Amino acid sequence: MKLTLKIWRQKGADKKGQLESYNVEASEHMSFLEMMDVLNEELISKKEEPVAFEHDCREGICGTCNLVINGRPHGPQQGTTTCQLHMRHFKDGDTITVEPWRAKAFPVIKDLVVDRSSFDRIIQAGGYVSVNTGQAPDGNAIPIEKDTALSAFDAAACIGCGACVAACPNGSAMLFTSAKVAHLGKLPQGQVEHAARSKSMVDQMDTEGFGNCSNTGACEVECPKEISINNIAMLNRSYLSSIFGSNK
Amino acid sequence: MAGIELKSNVPAGELKQKWSDFKGTMNLVAPNNKRRIEVIVVGTGLAGASAAATLGELGYQVKAFTFHDSPRRAHSIAAQGGINAAKNYQNDGDSTYRLFYDTIKGGDYRSREANVYRLAEVSADIIDQCVAQGVPFAREYGGLLANRSFGGVQVSRTFYARGQTGQQLLIGAYQALSRQISTGQVSMYNRHEMLDLVKIDGKARGIITRNLLTGKLEKHAAHCVVLATGGYGNVFYLSTNAMGSNVSAAWRSVKRGALMANPCFTQIHPTCIPVSGDYQSKLTLMSESLRNDGRVWVPISQEDAAAIREGRKKGNDIAEDDRDYYLERRYPAFGNLVPRDVASRAAKVACDGGNGVAPTGLAVFLDFASAIERYGKAAAHSKNMTNPSAAEITAMGKEVVEGKYGNLFEMYEKITGENPYENPMKIYPAVHYTMGGLWVDYNLQTNVPGLFALGEANFSDHGANRLGASALMQGLADGYFVIPYTIGQFLSHEIRTPNISTDAPEFAEVEKNVQDRLDQLIAIKGNQSVESFHRRLGKIMWEYCGMSRNADGLKKGRQMIRELREEFYKDVFIPGEVAEFNPELEKATKVADFLELGEVMMCDALDRNESCGGHFREEYKSEEGEAQRNDKDYTYVSAWEWNETEPILHKEELEFKNVELKTRSYK
Amino acid sequence: MSLTGLFLISFLFVHLIGNLQLLANDGGESFNTYAYFMTQNPLIKTISYGLYFFIVLHAIQGLMIAATNRSAKGYKYSKKTKENASWSSKNMAMLGILVLAFLCIHMGDFWFKMKFGSLPMKSYAGFDAEVTDLFGRVMIAFQEWYIVLIYLIGLLALYFHLSHGFQSAFQTLGLNHKKYTPIIKGVGTLYSLVVSIGFAIIPLYIYINSL
Repeated sequence: MKLTLKIWRQKGADKKGQLESYNVEASEHMSFLEMMDVLNEELISKKEEPVAFEHDCREGICGTCNLVINGRPHGPQQGTTTCQLHMRHFKDGDTITVEPWRAKAFPVIKDLVVDRSSFDRIIQAGGYVSVNTGQAPDGNAIPIEKDTALSAFDAAACIGCGACVAACPNGSAMLFTSAKVAHLGKLPQGQVEHAARSKSMVDQMDTEGFGNCSNTGACEVECPKEISINNIAMLNRSYLSSIFGSNK
Repeated sequence: MAGIELKSNVPAGELKQKWSDFKGTMNLVAPNNKRRIEVIVVGTGLAGASAAATLGELGYQVKAFTFHDSPRRAHSIAAQGGINAAKNYQNDGDSTYRLFYDTIKGGDYRSREANVYRLAEVSADIIDQCVAQGVPFAREYGGLLANRSFGGVQVSRTFYARGQTGQQLLIGAYQALSRQISTGQVSMYNRHEMLDLVKIDGKARGIITRNLLTGKLEKHAAHCVVLATGGYGNVFYLSTNAMGSNVSAAWRSVKRGALMANPCFTQIHPTCIPVSGDYQSKLTLMSESLRNDGRVWVPISQEDAAAIREGRKKGNDIAEDDRDYYLERRYPAFGNLVPRDVASRAAKVACDGGNGVAPTGLAVFLDFASAIERYGKAAAHSKNMTNPSAAEITAMGKEVVEGKYGNLFEMYEKITGENPYENPMKIYPAVHYTMGGLWVDYNLQTNVPGLFALGEANFSDHGANRLGASALMQGLADGYFVIPYTIGQFLSHEIRTPNISTDAPEFAEVEKNVQDRLDQLIAIKGNQSVESFHRRLGKIMWEYCGMSRNADGLKKGRQMIRELREEFYKDVFIPGEVAEFNPELEKATKVADFLELGEVMMCDALDRNESCGGHFREEYKSEEGEAQRNDKDYTYVSAWEWNETEPILHKEELEFKNVELKTRSYK
Repeated sequence: MSLTGLFLISFLFVHLIGNLQLLANDGGESFNTYAYFMTQNPLIKTISYGLYFFIVLHAIQGLMIAATNRSAKGYKYSKKTKENASWSSKNMAMLGILVLAFLCIHMGDFWFKMKFGSLPMKSYAGFDAEVTDLFGRVMIAFQEWYIVLIYLIGLLALYFHLSHGFQSAFQTLGLNHKKYTPIIKGVGTLYSLVVSIGFAIIPLYIYINSL
């Protein structure tokens, strides 16, 4: 299949970027990233600079790949990362626009590569259970209801790719933040620090320059792990209780 | 380095007492000294993140490095199946000794007893620690932890979190690490790649890294260096490893004097999605758990196989009598659940015989039709349905199968575009894990004092073949529970050593070496891409050092690698500059190192005149085609020293005092 | 945002009930006396100042958040998509501004004229005080097609604003539940429809009757 790609090219963080057009010949069995590999091989053979994009595991779990394809983070398929998207979902002759994640807190580094270290700092603000190695009681000491464990897992399935931020018209990181708060807050082990965790993680999110949640729900639709915005409601609840419920 | 003596430093005493005696008598570093002592940890996967976090908790000043944009991206995240632990929660006769024995036997008696026993001992603590961190392991209805079974063992000791156990464990370790970063105990360097090791007076004292965003080289010093940089499966180009996984940190250490142990021991995983074309960049694993219910087969006749390859027939068109369920036929005792090395070789035999079912000829069927029927009938029975129709049985059976393997089936369909509920899956073996790695002693220290290696980066625990769900166990055991103790053996002698300065001439010298190497690579300005060299290397490795090997092929392969390496340094093209964000240059340094490692792997495979575990030499097999070990001559660890003209072999003899060496049989 | 929003939502309903009296065929008696009551009762008066305050607060807060969010997003994608979120949820600020503009026109037309203008007075049998003939003013205004059109546009904006705002307020307050959230969403849509259509009937009915 013959495709026209319009790809965002930007030399560096402080440079101006623009969309540039490329023609590429792909097979429908390729993954989207393999199609990008083909393009880069061609560019290299012409001694041109290949398109910088990030990827690693190529099986949908590491959260590294991050392309906005035709305006949608990770492309048109539900519950799919960019690396799992295959070219059979496109037609011969299609024009495909490829852009980087957009948000002030995710500045572009080069071409399609952005800096997502703000996510790490949100986790560092409290996205953990404070337990040192060796302090743990027996794994079966606290039974956890099966459904509770499953719903904590649903939130914990977040791969930290940032598609939620990229999809959000406000550049908000509420789905990411709430997924961690919900994962830990639903389990007895994470309950102790729940309210304080919500407060400090949200504060860090604001510090990083992410926007506010206005409940558009775009994050939930584009999340490759289909994490629910119910987690955001849970975060809102614990955030409010950390402000109004605290006697500190 | 003639006459390197490989001292395993295994403590004296009974096997069962070694670790607790060691902990009770080892040298400690007092808290006031820990505050001053700096430790570099390279890699933030399960082993690296857990080590950095725990060392930080203990009070050491830790600097952690990853080439990823975040510690959470490490490839440990992709492990699916689970993590073993000798908890005996199922009351099915599991014990520390049994886990130890299974691991030694599964590894075909090529690992060190004391290390493996310690691994089995600490396995239970790992589960406790992870639960406390909030890892959402699967639970029973009563709220207690659930287990499942994996290949090659007779108990249920595998803990899991759906098909994403590696992800959940890594996130747990990442969170523990994040906590230490926030307290300042750990300084985290993202997007920094280690390009060389710095030794001062023979001890590892620092590393040279390249800041991948700016391309600038940086010098980092510490009292010791811990490598947790994973395996080198990507030497085969196509593997289940992530695109960025590489051997460079370990290999650079080898070039500074560390030894590479058992490099030819690679694990070929039997159930991966087959290669579909030349553009393919990586292979995807389908969890071993599928073999609990899936039946592996190929058509008996080559005509049928050819018809399937050409698309004239589908798997379902082949009558039951015309199918060869070859694992069930050859290994009636274990059937489809034989260990990975055995299953992989059998698939290769079937395809080499012309019975493969993908257009490339390289695939076998993994069929769930019987399981669907069996589960469907059971479901009908439990619903008290009399005379259910075939369609009803199939529908109910599919539901059960979906409940067990839904996410894997979905992944298969996403990649291949085929529905595995309707037609049997096509699978083929692929490179998955490397049992070989840096040689380490009982303390996980390499032969370079102050240089440690953890997780897949070392060689110590899995011998010639790793059992399923043991990689996660080893990574976390090393990081949470072993290195925090054993590192004290080295550091207790360093409390009078002032902080190491990067102004030492050794740093400048190594930094210059690195700079020269990068400049040399980028100056070649040839005509072929890095990727094309990598792909060619992978083909050579797979052809001559893959699932089965022979002396002639290994010699030929070695020669081909040497020629390819020469060509690489003459004709590779790397766009851009050194001092900038340059992914092609990153790839080039990795491929350059693979081009040397590949040769040592060939040498190792050629030296080992026996078949054991993942290493199958065609010359050494029984009349039925099974692997034949040679315990008299090859019960040793091969530890290779790099040499441009001829790598040098050093040996550590293995002693087995607690298990009897037997032929593995799954008949 | 959510609290002021919910307060304004509840006001709208009361306002609608009152205004539906415009449709009563009694020459404006019930409506005009109701309007009188609403402007004279001290409790209602206090609430109405609260109302103005909340409208302003809601608007200022909304605009501030919209500005923060706009800058937090930075660049926009050159390729737009409609597939991941409802149009109204992505355009709340624009809709809010439309509603606010409409509100100004609406207040200027009726409230301002009643308070500070010179609307004729009317008295009804059985009602002590003389009351302003707001009813008459409404009847006159809604005979003009362009005023009716402005109202219809304003109410359409209100509909879209409410259809997202109603359920969004509950989500922001963390009031989310597996069973009840779908009900809240249903009620929200129904409510937005009832309020907008309810208000729209008034100008349409009067305009059509005047033809």
